Amino acid sequence: MTILVFTGVILLGSMLAGFLGSLTGLGGGFVIIPLLTLVFGIDIRYAIGASLVAVIATSSGAAAAYVKEGITNMRLGMFLEIATTLGAVGGAFLAVYASTHIIAILFGLILIFSAILSLRRKEETVQTGSASMLAQRLKLNSSYPTPQGTVDYSVTNVPGGFLIMLGAGILSGLLGLGAGVLKVLAMDNVMRVPFKVSTTTSNFMIGVTAAASAGIYLYRGYIDPGLCMPVVLGVLAGAFLGSSVLTRANSRSLRTVFAFIILVIALEMLYNGFTKKI
Amino acid sequence: MTGTMKKFRHDRDIQVTIGNLLRSGVVLAFVIVLAGAIVYLVRHGGQIPEYQVFRGGSGSYHTFSAIWEGLITGHGRAIIQFGIVILILTPIARIAFSVIGFLLEKDYLYAGITLAVLAIILISLMAGMGV
Repeated sequence: MTILVFTGVILLGSMLAGFLGSLTGLGGGFVIIPLLTLVFGIDIRYAIGASLVAVIATSSGAAAAYVKEGITNMRLGMFLEIATTLGAVGGAFLAVYASTHIIAILFGLILIFSAILSLRRKEETVQTGSASMLAQRLKLNSSYPTPQGTVDYSVTNVPGGFLIMLGAGILSGLLGLGAGVLKVLAMDNVMRVPFKVSTTTSNFMIGVTAAASAGIYLYRGYIDPGLCMPVVLGVLAGAFLGSSVLTRANSRSLRTVFAFIILVIALEMLYNGFTKKI
Repeated sequence: MTGTMKKFRHDRDIQVTIGNLLRSGVVLAFVIVLAGAIVYLVRHGGQIPEYQVFRGGSGSYHTFSAIWEGLITGHGRAIIQFGIVILILTPIARIAFSVIGFLLEKDYLYAGITLAVLAIILISLMAGMGV
């Protein structure tokens, strides 16, 4: 396979990943790393570098659309980013000491966890009048626009959310993922932020978290321009297609199919990790 | 009531500006990567890709000075890597502009929090790039 053919095939695969990622809200990273390692036999370190760059691209692209709607809670995102960026830097340094098969196993486990979480029924729960002193002092309580007008909400369990964000940052830095599923879990389930606010704020945070470890990966040679090029171009084009084809559709059956595919990929990653093929 | 409405609109103005900044950054990066891709594929499209073995930093553009040198000599891979660096800098620029936004709102608590996030990212970037 020549570089020209290789670039074309990776471009198409990344487009599909970006398309599925934006339709299901799981992001493209979940498909990129398995695609590059399992299908093309690329070293997982190059795959992680390419995935990290793809994550920044999709997050920045989508965030530009989201902030206009005024749903993102900037203060909440910024405060929690202290945790995710610290975690990401730590994760990127840890990556040197973790062997590639350990990373593959960890990646497989995260995939299974995310597939199950993505199937949760998403309910829009709005909580007001929380007594959390910390949330008040940090001005985390806010409001967001809904079809029924502006709705106020309050935030609880700030330390719990902060701690999970630290973990999400470490995973992001270690595996080159956005870890969006975990970020949404921290805000939606633990801090009781409305689901819509959680997803848009998480998306805003993903790019910043990934940028925090990108410099370390660039210097270590994980980010190869020849490989990142078709991945970035493909994922961006795919995400753009996905957002224009199906905006805000509650595609539950689609998510079920995607979760099943991810489960199969996860088992394949685990198998390759345990047999030390990766 | 008018006070909070005003604050809400002010908040949104800053966020819309930041949103536009993000989009321009991504579009700029996309165009540069595409330009580099054309140069790279025209020159090296017929060769065989080698990604099975990890080579670390050797032979790749992994420092600012190396990228810059390759850029002015018109190397396709260096142009692509320059676009990727712009992409990485986009969310960082967003954080930097948010510091200014919070300062304009006289929200010194969040100007400080945002500055802390910016510091973490910049320190990691410089430590990582060996600047």
